[in-house]
Amino acid sequence: MKFGVVVFPGSNCDTDCWNALHGPAGEEAVFLWHKDASVPSDVECVVLPGGFSYGDYLRVGAIARFSPLLRAVVEFANQGRPVIGICNGFQVLCEAHLLPGVLMRNRSLKFICKDVWLKVARHAPPFTDFAADVLKIPIAHGEGNYFIDPDGLKRLRDNDQIVFRYCDARGRVTPEANPNGSVDSITGIVNEAGNVLGMMPHPERCAEEALGNCDGLMILRSIAESGLVRSASFRS
Amino acid sequence: MLKATVIVTLKQEVSDPQGFAVFEALRSLGMRGLQGVRVGKQFEIQLDGLSRAEAEKELHEVSAKLLSNPVIEDYRFEITEA
Repeated sequence: MKFGVVVFPGSNCDTDCWNALHGPAGEEAVFLWHKDASVPSDVECVVLPGGFSYGDYLRVGAIARFSPLLRAVVEFANQGRPVIGICNGFQVLCEAHLLPGVLMRNRSLKFICKDVWLKVARHAPPFTDFAADVLKIPIAHGEGNYFIDPDGLKRLRDNDQIVFRYCDARGRVTPEANPNGSVDSITGIVNEAGNVLGMMPHPERCAEEALGNCDGLMILRSIAESGLVRSASFRS
Repeated sequence: MLKATVIVTLKQEVSDPQGFAVFEALRSLGMRGLQGVRVGKQFEIQLDGLSRAEAEKELHEVSAKLLSNPVIEDYRFEITEA
């Protein structure tokens, strides 16, 4: 399938995403420039990559939300087509109100870059069809502390929107395994319709055997091979 | 010319790790009477050709949409003649 990887000024995982999709995942991928006003009609999944869009000025993701391409991405998402935001991409999706909540400064105020364990709290097609129940994927962020108010958290639970939670190597969600203070150890959620995923960990950084870990490839491959995104009805 | 000062702060119920770090630093400076610290942002915006009421309307809109994130932040502003 064909992925479109968004490039904002300050994105720095765009090429990593392109490489992981193009190489190990064996899919087609093109870059989408932030000033473009539309998503090409043959793009079947939009990827918002990690980085520091617009220098993280004002708030993380806040300025990217108002770029011309993001308007088109919102429209793309509202048509039920798949969008995945990774790290800064997750922050942008929250600012754009495609996902609820917000990512705040880590509790420790430190930038954290390390492997973490994720529990797949809910298998969420098309994103986790091929994923194991517990994944090891790296995080690299200063603002990954997911916040949502108690009513919002209840809605996330009631609608089964929580996809990934920080856990230990045995899949137990514990306070010690939560690196940044996120509410309910949340590190990945989908929207109510289930076609927009935001996650702080970087699957594109662990998608090749040469890197010693292929857990991220399970997510990329899930999207690529899902029936939903292959449906001809999305092609115009 | 009008000058607007918009102040954005975290909502009271949202924890403020930056504020806590500054609190600790102030404590280590030996500041007397220290009870708490919250860190916020201030924007100074110059406006022209608008009545005060029109300026208020514009400021409410941009403060809610861009300058603050209503999930975690509150804003307030004041307008003065520049």
